[in-house]
Amino acid sequence: MSTTLSPEFTLGAAEQLTCAHCGLEAASGDTRVSAGAVYCCAGCETAASIIKQSGLGGFYALPERRPVRVSASGRSYVEFDHEAFAAAHVRYAADGLAEATFYLEGVHCASCVWLVERMPMIVPGAVRAELDVTRAVARLAWDPQQVALSALAQALDQLGYPPHPFRGLRADEVRKAEERKQLTRIGVAAAIAGNVMTIALALYSGVFSGMEREFERYFRWLSFVLVTPAIIWPGRVFFTSAWQALKNKRLHMDVPIALALAVGYVQGAVNTLRDNGPIYFDAVATLIFLLLVGRFLQHRAQRGAADSAALLGALAPVTARLVDGDTVKEVPTEAILPGMLLEVRPGDTLAADGVVERGHSSLDLALLTGESRPVSIREGEQVFAGTVNLSAPLRVRVEEAGITSRLGRLLRDVEEGARERPSVVLLADRIAGHFIAVILVLAVVTAGIWWKTDMYFAIDSAIALLVVTCPCALAIATPMAFTVAVGRAATRGILIKGAHSLETLTGRGIIFLDKTGTLTEGRMVLEAYDGPSELRPWVLALEKTSRHPVASAFAAAWPDVSAMEPELVEETLGGGLEGRVAGHSLVVGRPEWVLARTAAVSEEVQSLSVLEARLTPVLIALDGVVVARAGFGDPLRPSAKRLISQLGAAGWEVRLLSGDAPSVVQAVASTLGIPASQAEGGASPERKRAAVAAAREHGAVVMVGDGVNDAAAIAGATVGIAVRGGAEASMAAADVYLARGGVEALPELMAGAKRTTNVIHRNMVVALGYNAIGVTMAMMGIIDPLFAAVLMPLGSVTVILATWRARTFTAEAT
Amino acid sequence: MSVLFVLVPLAILLVAIFVGAYVWSSRSGQFDDLTTPAMRAVHDDEGVSVPPQPPEAR
Repeated sequence: MSTTLSPEFTLGAAEQLTCAHCGLEAASGDTRVSAGAVYCCAGCETAASIIKQSGLGGFYALPERRPVRVSASGRSYVEFDHEAFAAAHVRYAADGLAEATFYLEGVHCASCVWLVERMPMIVPGAVRAELDVTRAVARLAWDPQQVALSALAQALDQLGYPPHPFRGLRADEVRKAEERKQLTRIGVAAAIAGNVMTIALALYSGVFSGMEREFERYFRWLSFVLVTPAIIWPGRVFFTSAWQALKNKRLHMDVPIALALAVGYVQGAVNTLRDNGPIYFDAVATLIFLLLVGRFLQHRAQRGAADSAALLGALAPVTARLVDGDTVKEVPTEAILPGMLLEVRPGDTLAADGVVERGHSSLDLALLTGESRPVSIREGEQVFAGTVNLSAPLRVRVEEAGITSRLGRLLRDVEEGARERPSVVLLADRIAGHFIAVILVLAVVTAGIWWKTDMYFAIDSAIALLVVTCPCALAIATPMAFTVAVGRAATRGILIKGAHSLETLTGRGIIFLDKTGTLTEGRMVLEAYDGPSELRPWVLALEKTSRHPVASAFAAAWPDVSAMEPELVEETLGGGLEGRVAGHSLVVGRPEWVLARTAAVSEEVQSLSVLEARLTPVLIALDGVVVARAGFGDPLRPSAKRLISQLGAAGWEVRLLSGDAPSVVQAVASTLGIPASQAEGGASPERKRAAVAAAREHGAVVMVGDGVNDAAAIAGATVGIAVRGGAEASMAAADVYLARGGVEALPELMAGAKRTTNVIHRNMVVALGYNAIGVTMAMMGIIDPLFAAVLMPLGSVTVILATWRARTFTAEAT
Repeated sequence: MSVLFVLVPLAILLVAIFVGAYVWSSRSGQFDDLTTPAMRAVHDDEGVSVPPQPPEAR
């Protein structure tokens, strides 16, 4: 195993340094050099040193590694060692080992499995780590005598996988048990169907080549014996479901299926006993198997949505620091009540809503509002659970805690949004009700027509009609087309979860787009600089001391300018930076704040035209004179404008719904050609959900977003779409996840949805066409039940072949 | 051809054994996660002191 990192330390064609850990361009962040390797950020440097020290350099040779920057939270995770945490989340095994389940952020590929499961080599005392990569859930086992859970959590965090206790364990186990049951049923049905089919093959060929009577009877009895368990075990679900529907006086797809199964089985059994007439056991067994597969695929597609609320809950902290007289003690979040006083240190996540009693700091509100800029907070101001304290300790008087806090209400909103989502009745289900009624009437009519001629012939014809019209093709048309489309879409970076989404996306309606991170790139970029270029090293001198987004935007914009050495830099929250560089005083910050510290503004700056409204202005003053101006903005993605016109052309009404300042949102709307009345800024998560709910009264609503603040709206929309780079909670709440970044894949999704729906419609025409022919022939008395049993699967086979051939999501198709 | 009267029930007995094995493996959770084990297989076992256990049978 190679422990050197040199192969990854490469100079690109454009003399661009790449990070030795993540492989991304290193010059854009705050570049670090250590032990002969270059890193893009402190996170990657730490992760690489852990990997190296643990002798895991083989990580860098893994072929499936994907370039993702390490984003460690840097938390201490001391609350994981608290008794209250252990009581809620840790299980102790008989051999003295402790075990807990965590949800990990940042898990994305096979290399993550490799690294996470090597925890025993990274942290002595860790015994076992097991990661489920599709759900990003890890089970850890460790020896509590040797290592504290917080140390394990810290190591995971430093490797770029911040852990959160997995709270939905109970629900998860219920769902797993259900899935296992379904799989068991499918397997049993498959084995029986295969064997009954083989026997049927012998019987059918016996019809043509001649077969001794005793063998024929033997094989008929064998299929009867084999098919019986298929009816009473895997097939039972259709009978219970049909019975439920009839009890509620409704007709759905399971009613004709149960009817066809029952008629086929009973008639086959009778014919076996009286040793005459066709048996339908092969058709019955195959039908059960195919329908179970279709149902399982649909169930699998929908399971993701159930995770969303549990996931969001995992983001809230587990404990808080309670101020009790002169001492501060840690208590579990559940014990916090309104009126208590909490201490919130830098790096802590607030556990409850309240008012700041003492302290002055900046908060990261991204979880709640989606705003990426830190917000300055002082005494008397309201703060919310789920936000992160960034710079200085705060004392907060609790007003709302637990489920009544704003985060708690947001969680409930996501759950409710998902529950009250309009159930889109799929075309197949709408047709099914009418279809059954028509078939039953026709069967009675057929029996009536022939009754006077010949009673047995009447019964045979009615049964033939029921068998030939068994809605097998109709029932698999939708799941089959959907499953094939989903598989193809996934290879194009579009992950589709809800079956109804494709049918909705072909229609017209209202589409809400989030701005930050969805239409824009979601990061601050220096877009305008008016001032002397000699000043740039001076500005960088001040900015390199700061962690503010403006500082990193300056550094990213001027990668080839080397910063000077600053003296005495002071940062004012919500203002800017002031300090001395090479003996001169320099001030960089918000216009009002800078102007209050300067005596004059240079003529060049005075003569500048007003900055674009969507940009955030920053002034730079040297020795008391404002000499330069800079404008920062969140640049639009290059494809945004084309996307808006494409959506408009496809008949969608495009609206902007953003948590950002209204003036910024309006400016973006006018750039994109969206009318001002259709763009709403300053929207809270609650407002977003309400806007989506209100719009739903006019028809289908699509919500496209990326943040936790969009999660409730995404869950409540007819179709929710999450874009890459967003919060994991919004992904879990969404029906569609665009993994290619931004909204570029949206037109492709719409086009693919249209083609998929066309395939479904074509399938239904084929299925109904077969049935129409079969019904006519059965009513005319042309086909007997045996011929019906042969004809029936033909419709299904045609549907399956046609679906497989159809191009729904392909590279050429766009 | 009367050997069929012996062979077919034998074949069905075999089917029953395999179905039983399948039901056991499905119920004990071996099909819960079909993605990760495939990724695990291509890695060497180096560094995993205890091989990952299947989730406890239920």
